[in-house]
Amino acid sequence: MAMSTGLRRCGRRLVASVCNNREVSFSTTCQGNNVIQQLQHGQLQETGKSLNLCSAINQALHIALETDPRSYVFGEDVSFGGVFRCTAGLAEKFGKKRVFNTPLCEQGIVGFGIGLAAMDNRAIVEIQFADYIFPAFDQIVNEAAKFRYRSGNQFNCGGLTIRTPYGAVGHGGHYHSQSPEAFFCHVPGIKVVVPRSPREAKGLLLSSIRDQNPVIFFEPKWLYRLAVEEVPEHDYMLPLSEAEVIQEGSDITLVGWGAQLSVMEQACFDAEKEGISCELIDLKTLMPWDKETVEASVRKTGRLLISHEAPVTGGFGAEISASIVERCFLRLEAPVARICGLDTPFPLVFEPFYVPNKNKILDAIKSTVNY
Amino acid sequence: MALSHLKSSSSRSNLLKPLATAFSLRRPISTSTDPLTIETSVPFTAHKCDPPSRTVETNPQELLSFFRDMARMRRMEIAADSLYKAKLIRGFCHLYDGQEAVAVGMEAAITKKDSIITAYRDHCTFLGRGGTLLEVFSELMGRQAGCSHGKGGSMHFYKKDSGFYGGHGIVGAQVPLGCGLAFAHKYNKDDTVAFALYGDGAANQGQLFEALNISALWDLPAILVCENNHYGMGTAEWRAAKNPSYYKRGDYVPGVKTLDLGFSEEFSGHLPGDSFEYAFRAWLESVFLNEMKIVDGMDALAVKQACRFAKDYALKSGPIILEMDTYRYHGHSMSDPGSTYRTRDEISGVRQERDPVERIRKLILAHDLATEKELKDIEKELRKQVDDAIAQAKESPMPEPSELFTNVYVKGMGVEAYGADRKEVRAVLP
Repeated sequence: MAMSTGLRRCGRRLVASVCNNREVSFSTTCQGNNVIQQLQHGQLQETGKSLNLCSAINQALHIALETDPRSYVFGEDVSFGGVFRCTAGLAEKFGKKRVFNTPLCEQGIVGFGIGLAAMDNRAIVEIQFADYIFPAFDQIVNEAAKFRYRSGNQFNCGGLTIRTPYGAVGHGGHYHSQSPEAFFCHVPGIKVVVPRSPREAKGLLLSSIRDQNPVIFFEPKWLYRLAVEEVPEHDYMLPLSEAEVIQEGSDITLVGWGAQLSVMEQACFDAEKEGISCELIDLKTLMPWDKETVEASVRKTGRLLISHEAPVTGGFGAEISASIVERCFLRLEAPVARICGLDTPFPLVFEPFYVPNKNKILDAIKSTVNY
Repeated sequence: MALSHLKSSSSRSNLLKPLATAFSLRRPISTSTDPLTIETSVPFTAHKCDPPSRTVETNPQELLSFFRDMARMRRMEIAADSLYKAKLIRGFCHLYDGQEAVAVGMEAAITKKDSIITAYRDHCTFLGRGGTLLEVFSELMGRQAGCSHGKGGSMHFYKKDSGFYGGHGIVGAQVPLGCGLAFAHKYNKDDTVAFALYGDGAANQGQLFEALNISALWDLPAILVCENNHYGMGTAEWRAAKNPSYYKRGDYVPGVKTLDLGFSEEFSGHLPGDSFEYAFRAWLESVFLNEMKIVDGMDALAVKQACRFAKDYALKSGPIILEMDTYRYHGHSMSDPGSTYRTRDEISGVRQERDPVERIRKLILAHDLATEKELKDIEKELRKQVDDAIAQAKESPMPEPSELFTNVYVKGMGVEAYGADRKEVRAVLP
């Protein structure tokens, strides 16, 4: 069907029926963890196994711990595998001294990670849901982001990586659905990374962990089990701050990140049937972001649409829009469109109205092209 | 050793034996309000204050209302479990079964003018504050008839007219709010207090200590109630807390524990590790599986006594911590089977030895206040009430789509919000 064909071109295979409902199981029971089991026994040698996003993250964490003896994974319930099973098997393999549970205290967890990283360690922190990151907001904004700057480069917490699942899943309600990435994009000193698929997640996570700056790595929890693709077995990194044109086109540029890309891709597919050629860009790193790739694309198409799940006002789309208008003002043939979450708290029963779905994007593509 | 001390001090028959004059039964179910005195089988443990008396005043009517209220809560939570599995309840859902005695005992000690604030495990507290089953199930299923008009869901129950400041989603965040409520109570000089409930997991959040300091500094009538169900999500208390004696965690703030099994004293100085875990398990088993008759946060009467004591104390002298030793039968939330970090034996052991509903049932039977059949009939009636409420809730419509935009700000503030397309879809928030 149209949706799954579209997704496959993005290098992804989604279970279309489940995808339609935007449902992800929050089950703590292992699904598809034969991969993890095999990893524990070191049996996976050949390249290119099909993995879901959760297993890809798990594989990246195994590699990170294996390749750097000074790396640590910790957070709420991580030694049991975490609520999403992303850290399954790590404690068994690397010991409870390197993979451990913390009390429920996000501010303490991140602060602890900053200190650990300040002594040249790799602190890989899990905040159980992105919605829970706010108690740690002060530590991230005031301590982590400015450590290098205010100490005149004597100290830094570059080894800090905060992993946290974000975004809508269909029924998460107010406190398990938010996309808080824009808050952190307003803070020079930290990087913000969002992967779109298993292969990307593995490579970007390894880059984030090994990056010399503190990184917040937002994982699209909707895709943990739904997104499946071939993921190379070996240790590889994908560059940060480099956007990727995942589909070339000539009429309009679409920019997004994370789970929203699969929604945008469906819209592109439908637009193509009406003769509109869309260029789809995965920003991957939101801060610092790859202005050049987006600019080059908009110079070609003359139109720009940005889409994210967070509320439209003050979202990162606003920053992209402003920057591109500055750079491509005379080339733009229509106002920049932003198809985002509504300016309301993330709702419970109204989620279908709130989210920037395919039809909203398709409408905006048409009205921008026909402006 | 604390454990053996407990064993010797807890006479098994204490619980079932009336201390006051023998109370003769009458038919039908007793609704008498003649006083009845019951002694808790273990004393309270206190930190920086004298413990409350073990002798609890009650009466047949109260005991039967305890039974009825707790059995209703139990039935409601079991039904919510089924509704969640049938996907009629979406979002997150945290069940309270096992902890009912805390909600019921607390209500018995205070009035609706006192305020209560809690975290996301809030269904039963809401019911205790006078909420209805219809409001509960409607809210759980996101219907208009819900207590938050279907906009909150499981974690966000509120009832303003009886001082229930509700369900809060972020671990520990409600405790400082409770101190603010307490300040308002003090300012109003109406002899009322605020109860702020949190779990053993939340006890390790920094906000709690900020709240303690503030309330002690200004002598606020704040009662911090730690519902210690021994697991913060999937982590056992001792793995997360250096000192799991939560009633002592306030340092300068006094505390009372409904039960002290002596674990922390016994094991203090041991470094957590495998041998420590073994010792913890052995201790848990000895406590839960042996034939000890424990009076604790699973006992509505002990909870009532502790809350009454705390309210008096807080009005005179400022904040106090209550630690309720309790247990949740379900996992942390619906996605947690609840059996990966604890044994099934442990759960069934608690059910057999400490269940709050069964405890009151035994008490009622021992005092001949009702027959076993009458109690079963009550449960049957409650089951019907629950089923009826669910059926009624299903009839209630979802909120109007326009409700998506209401209550973001105060009504009529004129704030403009934008839809999917900023240029075309814009609305002034109602």
